[in-house]
Amino acid sequence: MLHARPDRAAPARATRDPIWVRRLLTAVALVFLAFFLVLPLVAVFAQAFEKGGAYFLAAIREPDALAAIRLTLLTVAIVVPANVLFGVAAAWAIGKFRFPGKSLLTTLIDLPFAVSPVIAGLVYVLVFGAQGWLGPWLIAHNIRVIFAVPGIVLATAFVTFPFVARELIPLMQAQGTDEEYSAVTLGASGWQTFWRVTLPNIRWGLFYGVILCNARAMGEFGAVSVVSGHIRGETNTMPLHVEILYNEYNIVGAFAVASLLALLALASLVLKSIVEWRQAVLR
Amino acid sequence: MSIDAHGIRKVFGAFTALDGVDLHVPQGKLVAVLGPSGSGKTTLLRIIAGLEFPDPGSGRILFHGDDVTDIPAGRRRVGFVFQHYALFRHMSVLDNVAFGLRVRRRRTRPSRATILERAHRLLELVQLDGLAGRFPSQLSGGQRQRVALARALAVEPKVLLLDEPFGALDARVRKELRRWLRRFHDDIQLTTIFVTHDQEEALEIADEVVIMNQGRVEQVGTPQQVYDRPASPFVYQFLGNVNVLRAPALAVASRGGGPAAQAVSDGRIYVRPHDIELTPHDAGGPGLSAIVRHIHAAGPHARLLLEQVQTREPVEVEISRSELSGLGLSVNDLVRMRLRQAHSFEEDYAI
Repeated sequence: MLHARPDRAAPARATRDPIWVRRLLTAVALVFLAFFLVLPLVAVFAQAFEKGGAYFLAAIREPDALAAIRLTLLTVAIVVPANVLFGVAAAWAIGKFRFPGKSLLTTLIDLPFAVSPVIAGLVYVLVFGAQGWLGPWLIAHNIRVIFAVPGIVLATAFVTFPFVARELIPLMQAQGTDEEYSAVTLGASGWQTFWRVTLPNIRWGLFYGVILCNARAMGEFGAVSVVSGHIRGETNTMPLHVEILYNEYNIVGAFAVASLLALLALASLVLKSIVEWRQAVLR
Repeated sequence: MSIDAHGIRKVFGAFTALDGVDLHVPQGKLVAVLGPSGSGKTTLLRIIAGLEFPDPGSGRILFHGDDVTDIPAGRRRVGFVFQHYALFRHMSVLDNVAFGLRVRRRRTRPSRATILERAHRLLELVQLDGLAGRFPSQLSGGQRQRVALARALAVEPKVLLLDEPFGALDARVRKELRRWLRRFHDDIQLTTIFVTHDQEEALEIADEVVIMNQGRVEQVGTPQQVYDRPASPFVYQFLGNVNVLRAPALAVASRGGGPAAQAVSDGRIYVRPHDIELTPHDAGGPGLSAIVRHIHAAGPHARLLLEQVQTREPVEVEISRSELSGLGLSVNDLVRMRLRQAHSFEEDYAI
């Protein structure tokens, strides 16, 4: 890898493409990125500030916008810790133990990736909705799931459920169980082994999974859209609020909220790069 | 503390790892469990440590006569060193060694100062105190090995169990470390079992060698006993080089009497390359005629590949280089061979 060997250079030069090919490929990639990623991002911020900073602030301070921001943060605050707990538990079970049904569990974890978010939302409507299986019982007990916060949390949790687990399973499988067995022979309890050995070994992978899970939880649209009911100031998350404003031709308002989401996404990306860089340094 | 295993069985799915193993390790001895991969030796070690459990109702593990079969690993007071060391990668060398003391219940946990002092003392014992602040990834294989040993010793184990302790090291370090382990064992006098697939390693440093094959113990004895008097064809072939010759050849070879004479009952005889004596063919006398096919004279001994004239079987012979020059042999010469020591075993009819 890092060992400089003189004989390595020669074949590399022999297989290297002519300079114009490399330049062309790089240019194509850059132009593509500029058109499809950078330009829209710039457009979001340009539109948001089109009528000046004061108008931008007003659009964000509007009560419905604030309610949407609060709801999104609340959802993230519930979903991310829940998925951390589930993800660590599932990865621990799959990565460190042999048990019947293991491959089924692994497949189930991937299910949200395979299913369209809209379908995920519809499933919850079918189960918890007024006409759904549990609907009559829930209405009788005055519990509201669909068109209310619990439904939004459930739908978001479903969609973001693989992120932490998927990140940790390969890591824990690669690390094996020897360190845990070592801790056990040295007299550590299961709890001590987890906190002192297993968790420190996966902390960066876990952090990475949390960042991805967080970004997706904030941005989820499809599943949440189905279960939310779009009640302004009550069941609108940030992405839903953006859509409503946009449909009402409130372009600046829509882009102001969208720019906040984009900013959160950018922050996540920066954090993710820092984590990746750290992992690279540690290795 | 002595260790006993009685009738240990362990089956993983369709694979029988251990098929009724009995073992006795006397107090203070250094015992090697030797066998090819898949012979069950590591499983046996893990069962002794309490990391695996024998199949229900199959057998017992006794430490110093006390049944520990159902006691979990953490309370058996065993020091276990894993094949790849399994050091805690996020902890410094010092923290690795101190781990076993730090996880104790408050009641029995020594003070912080005592823990540090003891960890440093153990690192001195394995000659690594200068590296206390390093992380495992910054150490060489041999150093990691010794950190793992110090960490295992920190909990003051009654028994030391080493799984392929030198398996992941290069040849030179391996030789150094195994002599060091022998001296170390002589100093601390802790009952120690180590698992290995390297017969040279086992024969060189162990007080006693337990040879395993396919989940069973084939033979137990001192290195000299198992090498000189192998109990089965497997042991014979596993410990060093051996020629397997058909019996008709023997009838001629052993006409002069000697230890090989009793060996005729079996269809084959086993003879080590250095137990064959070569004489010039014209000299006559008892022995088998063979043709020299190849002479390999680099190294301390000369190795000759012969072809026996009668049966056309290849035979490997090892003689000193001065003997070789005394004989003045070259390829395609005829030579007479005599077996100084040979073994045979009852034919195995269990098919």
